Amino acid sequence: MNEAIRELLAKVGGLPVAVEQISDEEDLYNAGLSSFASVQLMLGIEDRFDIEFSDQFLNRKSFASIKAIERTVEAILKNNEDA
Amino acid sequence: MNAGAGNSLQQRATRVAAIAAQFADNVDTQARFPREAISAMKAEHLLGIQIPADLGGEAAQVEQIAEICSIIGQSCAASAMIFAMHHIKLSSLVEHGQSAQWHRAFMRRVAAEQLLLASATTEGGIGGDLRNSICAIEIDGDVCRLEKNATVISYGTEADAILITSRSGAEAASSDQVMTVFVKDQYTLEKTNGWDTLGMRGTCSEGFVFRGAGSTEQILPHPFAEIAAQSMLAMAHLLWSALWYGIAVDAVTRAQSFVRAAAKRAPGVQQPGALRVAEASNMLQMLKSEIVACLNTYRHAKDDSDKLASMGFAITMNNLKVGASQSILQIINHAMLVCGIMGYKNGTPYSLGRHLRDANSAQLMVSNERILGNTATMLLIHKQNTSLLG
Repeated sequence: MNEAIRELLAKVGGLPVAVEQISDEEDLYNAGLSSFASVQLMLGIEDRFDIEFSDQFLNRKSFASIKAIERTVEAILKNNEDA
Repeated sequence: MNAGAGNSLQQRATRVAAIAAQFADNVDTQARFPREAISAMKAEHLLGIQIPADLGGEAAQVEQIAEICSIIGQSCAASAMIFAMHHIKLSSLVEHGQSAQWHRAFMRRVAAEQLLLASATTEGGIGGDLRNSICAIEIDGDVCRLEKNATVISYGTEADAILITSRSGAEAASSDQVMTVFVKDQYTLEKTNGWDTLGMRGTCSEGFVFRGAGSTEQILPHPFAEIAAQSMLAMAHLLWSALWYGIAVDAVTRAQSFVRAAAKRAPGVQQPGALRVAEASNMLQMLKSEIVACLNTYRHAKDDSDKLASMGFAITMNNLKVGASQSILQIINHAMLVCGIMGYKNGTPYSLGRHLRDANSAQLMVSNERILGNTATMLLIHKQNTSLLG
C-alpha cells in the first residue's frame, strides 16, 4: 500500500521534491502539498483501493503524511470488511 | 459613555454605532480612518471582549461579536469591518496562543490598553492566496526578523500591532507558514499603495513594505495552516457576513421608511415600492437564518478539532461567504429600486450609495472566484449531506 500511495503522490502531488526524499512521517502539507493536489490524491486513492472517504476522513489529519494516509485507508478497508 | 456595570454588550455597541453613524459619510468621502468610532470602541472596552476573563477580557463568544459587527455595520460599514478584522486577528491569539507565555501577556495588554490589531496576510507576487508566502521569517538566536511586501495592511498605520504571515524559515515550502505578532515599536511601514476605492474607504487598506524585528517567542506556537483552517477562516466569514447583513438591514430600513412616509402622504393608495420592500424583507430573513445557522455550526464544531478540519465545515463556511456577499447586493439593489432618485442621491435620509459601494467589496475581499474554485475542488471528493437537519 505504501508503494501505491507513493506512486499516486508522485503522479498527482505536485511536490517540489522527489517523493523518495519524503519519509513516511513527514508532513505533506509542509512539503508543499496544495489543497487541490490533496484532493487529486484522495480521488486517486478512492479509485485505486475502490473505497469512498466519508466526511469524517476528509480532513487535513487523514492526509497529513504517507503514514496517515495508510492508516486512513486501512481504517476504511476494515470498516468495509466489518460491514 | 464609559463601560459601566449593567451595560450589556449590545448597549455598548449601540453607543459606538451612534458615533460611527455621525461620521460615516465624512469617513467615506475623505477615505479616512474612522477614528471617532474606533475611539468609542476603545472607550467601551469592546476591543478586548473576546479575551478570556483570566487575562482581563470578557470571554465573549463569536455570536456576541457577530451581533456587534451587525449593529455597527448598520451605521458605518468601514468601522464595523475594522472591528471585525481586529477580532478575527484576536481569535488567532485566543484559540492558538493561550499555551504561550508571550501571547498570554500580550492578550492581557490588548484587554488593558485596548490595542488595535491589524493583519498582513497578502503579499506581492502571491495575491490574495493567504495560504502561501514568499517572505520567510529569519531566526537568529532569540531574535526573529521579517521583511514583507504586504500589498494590503488595512489601517496599518493606525494599528497597535500587526499579525503577519510568512514562511517558517528560509528553507520552508511556500505553504509552510507561521504567524508572528509584532507590536508597533518593533516595525516600520514604508507605504507602497494608496487606498482610493469604490467603497470600504475608511478601512485605509494601503500597501506597505513591512520590516520588523522581535523575539522568537512572538511567533505563534501553531502552524498557520492550523490557525487558518481551525479559526481564522470561519471567524472571518462569520464576522464579515454579520456586518454585511448590517449594511443590508440599514438599506431595507431606509426603503421601508421611504414607503411608509409615502403611504402616510397618500392614505389608501398601494405604494409601488411596497412589494419590493416585502421581497427585500424575505431575502434579509434568509440571509439572517443562514448566518445564525452557521454561527451555531461553528459553535458546535469549535471544541472538536476533527470537525473544524473537515471538508464539510470548510464548504459550509465558504458557502456562507459567497452567499452572503451576493445576496446583500440584491437586497440593497431592491432598496434602491424602492427609494429611486432619493436613494441614488447622496445626502438624503434614503441615500444608499455608500451602502451599495461598501457592499460591493464583499464579493472581492477574498475573491468569490477563488472561494468557489476552492469549494469546487472539495466537491470533487466531498459527499453531499442530504439530510435536512443533520
